[in-house]
Amino acid sequence: MAHNRDRLNDFTIRIGTVNGTGSASANSLLLQALFRMGLPVSGKNVFPSNIQGLPTWYEIRVNRDGYAARSPTFQLMVAMNPQSYARDLSEVASGGWVLYDSTKELDDKLLRDDVTFLGIPLAHMCAERFERARERTLMKNIGYVGALVALLDIEMDVVQEMLEEKFADKRGLIESNFTAIRMGYDWAKEQWKCPLPIRAKRMDATKDSVLVTGNAATALGCVYAGATVGAWYPITPATSVMDAFKEWCHRFRVDPETGKNRYCILQAEDELAAAGMVIGAGWAGARAFTPTSGPGISLMSEFIGLAYYAEIPSVFIDVERTGPSTGMPTRTQQGDLMLVAYASHGDTKHIALFPADPRECFEFAVAAFDLAERFQTPVFLVSDLDIGMNDWRVPRLEWDESYRPDRGKVLSAEEIEKVKDFYRYLDVDGDAIPYRTLPGVHPKGAYFTRGSGHDKYGKYTEDSDAYVEVVDRIAQKVQSAAEHVPQPEIHTVEGGARYGIVSLGGAHWAVMEARDTLAAEGVPVDYLRVRGFPFGVAVKDFLDSHDEIFVVEQNRDGQLRTLLTIETECPKSKLASVRYYGGQPLSKEHVLDGIRPHVASAAVEAATQ
Amino acid sequence: MTYITKPVARHPKMRHNALGLTPRDYEGTMSTLCAGCGHDSVTAALIQALFELDVEPYRVAKLSGIGCSSKTPAYFVKEAHGFNSVHGRMPSIAAGSNAANRDLVYIGISGDGDSLSIGLGQLSHAIRRNINMLYVLENNGVYGLTKGQFSASADVGSVSKRGEINRQGPIDPVSLALALGASFVARSFSGDKKQLVPILKAGIAHTGFAFVDVISPCVTFNDHKGSTKSYAHTRTHAYEVVETDFVPLRREITADYGHGDVRAVTMHDGSVVRLRKVAEDYDAANRGAALEHIADVRKRGEVPTGLLYLEETGQDMHGFENTIEKPLVDLRYEDLCPGREALDELQKEWW
Repeated sequence: MAHNRDRLNDFTIRIGTVNGTGSASANSLLLQALFRMGLPVSGKNVFPSNIQGLPTWYEIRVNRDGYAARSPTFQLMVAMNPQSYARDLSEVASGGWVLYDSTKELDDKLLRDDVTFLGIPLAHMCAERFERARERTLMKNIGYVGALVALLDIEMDVVQEMLEEKFADKRGLIESNFTAIRMGYDWAKEQWKCPLPIRAKRMDATKDSVLVTGNAATALGCVYAGATVGAWYPITPATSVMDAFKEWCHRFRVDPETGKNRYCILQAEDELAAAGMVIGAGWAGARAFTPTSGPGISLMSEFIGLAYYAEIPSVFIDVERTGPSTGMPTRTQQGDLMLVAYASHGDTKHIALFPADPRECFEFAVAAFDLAERFQTPVFLVSDLDIGMNDWRVPRLEWDESYRPDRGKVLSAEEIEKVKDFYRYLDVDGDAIPYRTLPGVHPKGAYFTRGSGHDKYGKYTEDSDAYVEVVDRIAQKVQSAAEHVPQPEIHTVEGGARYGIVSLGGAHWAVMEARDTLAAEGVPVDYLRVRGFPFGVAVKDFLDSHDEIFVVEQNRDGQLRTLLTIETECPKSKLASVRYYGGQPLSKEHVLDGIRPHVASAAVEAATQ
Repeated sequence: MTYITKPVARHPKMRHNALGLTPRDYEGTMSTLCAGCGHDSVTAALIQALFELDVEPYRVAKLSGIGCSSKTPAYFVKEAHGFNSVHGRMPSIAAGSNAANRDLVYIGISGDGDSLSIGLGQLSHAIRRNINMLYVLENNGVYGLTKGQFSASADVGSVSKRGEINRQGPIDPVSLALALGASFVARSFSGDKKQLVPILKAGIAHTGFAFVDVISPCVTFNDHKGSTKSYAHTRTHAYEVVETDFVPLRREITADYGHGDVRAVTMHDGSVVRLRKVAEDYDAANRGAALEHIADVRKRGEVPTGLLYLEETGQDMHGFENTIEKPLVDLRYEDLCPGREALDELQKEWW
């Protein structure tokens, strides 16, 4: 039990409720209150693919050192859903607490000696205080928030301030919420010794931070990049990208004089059409994107090959979920790495960017459009459900006012006028990037776009040499993007470590935490986080300079490791695979469990020699 | 082989349009389709329509999917951008490019395989979206490039070149378009330029999705006895239910329409489409009645042709989306990026 004592600003709670009962807003209220108290927090929503009636969980981790990865050790379980009691109660860390609705007594079989049960008759209390059925359900959630305010020592002023902001124009709701908060709070104060040893105390760690989801930040990046056409087909977990894009456009992109939109959002009939729309718009000169997930990328693959071969700028946002097939639509994974790297038939290879948090989603979304236009090719922004749909504490987003889109080599009417003959696929500058023209600009700029064989002049061909010349140039062009995609983030120990970790995306946070633990155990590890594909020199150098490398990723087959072996000369034997693919966000334990056996056997080996 | 450049020959007495251009200026590269292919006649009709409408060649965007018909955008208006995309997916390319630049004249060319089988979904949604474009379905009842398989428009009992008999019922493109709520539905015949050209012109002038099904015989695989998409069969079975005349903006109406009930429809650009009933009980403004009439004519084994339905008052895709009049591609970046201050302000909500 001792390890649960004195966990000031260092604990994880899990809240089990029924989805569709309004618990989501109560949970975000909690998260936000802790955030406003200046505490490093992270929230993980574990939800079913369902609208109402199934178990759902929310996890809040407070960590004074700023670790943001998921921590599956729960000191406090808020068990509000009898359906999942058995599981929830078994998951509390020894020495922890269970807050439950005691309107109905707990089954004796579920009781444990090593945890403390805190019963609060929420349903009963709500029935006494509220009249309408819906209100009774909703206020139960606010009731447990009230109890947690007391148990965790959350500042009541902060919570009340937030409720006032939230219901500024709904006075009636404020009163119910205040009543419910006090109801839970007073009960806790009267019944139990508050606060618990796990408790919150004001810090100063969030002053320059914001709390935002990756999908909202991605959408904002699209707005700031100047994207005007968004096409999509609804899919979890990417839907909220377009929801947010719509919201920001509504706010920032309505022409004040005419009330008309400076954007066009097309809800397509399927992902195939969404891809076609993006490619059509890119061809016509707009910055266009589609947010989707793995199943969508599968459907878009034919079109992706067209955009690759016909060299049409297009941005594909893949918010990964658990595959294959429908998989687990509301769970996370990094299972689309191979898919996006080589999507479509024939020889293809694509630029991909891997943000690790919402701030990078924002920045990389802008970069994606620049790269797509500069290299005239599809670009994938690859995030995942955890990054995309969960609230993250990130440094405030910044914007450089001097930014202007990199439109790449697009010829204006005046420039076309000066060119003797325009050929779409001719490598004029020797950098493998040809010039392009937009329809409707100048008669001399016309060319025929096609996915069939074409020569460097843009003419149809079935000639071997003419075909090879073009596809070789395209390969060279895409490869040349390696030094222009976001460069890897590298953490090294002084003098360089024997071991290296290579990882990417949202796995970053667990890796960083695990790396600190390993260092504390006397095992220093260097670390490189891949942020873009194709891999550049920095990735190759890192692989070359380490004897043993752990490739940490969230998929079954070690797709990042496979990509490293395909794209570099690094021998497979140097790359040990550390994988977790169960659908939850990666946690430190996953990384340590994968690395420790190797490190331990090496230590034994060293000792015996 | 779309890479054969056509020699430019200019006859001194060749007609010039208001832009000072000749029909030759609306041509493309040499067709590589079979000699006598209906599609080449459709191309010729398109060239004539665009020439007579004084359309700036470089303001045209030519889009297609895959198949014989989809090759034809190379054969007209060489000064226009063309896009030969993927099979059955041209409508989505059209939606995207039109979203980006609404000011171009969009011409989509498709076939019966491209539109009615692999691309039926996209065609349906292009109709629903009412994308402002001319969509020509060059309909020959067979897959030509893969050598003569039946398409979804082949009639029951139609005999293939190899002697197979088609048993499955056809999808009738015009009935389909009408049922889906298309704002402009026409059918014509590649062998009847007199009828086809005014329909194409009206389709180009129409604001919204102008759907034109053109029976365009395949001389190689479907022009034999037993085919219901042959020249001979179409000539003898075509039944024009509405006569169409297109009167461009500011041109005096001089044509003599003879007898019959004439309805004049003014298009958004001020041009006028005049529809004269041939079939007495036909009404090109009544969707339900049109569908019923077409079904009756088909039951008799005839092929109803003409501008079968026209509705000029609806909204197109940009109307639904409330898009700004100026093409999105022409907006300045400064008018698209909210800037730093707005970002700071917005982030107060993320606290």
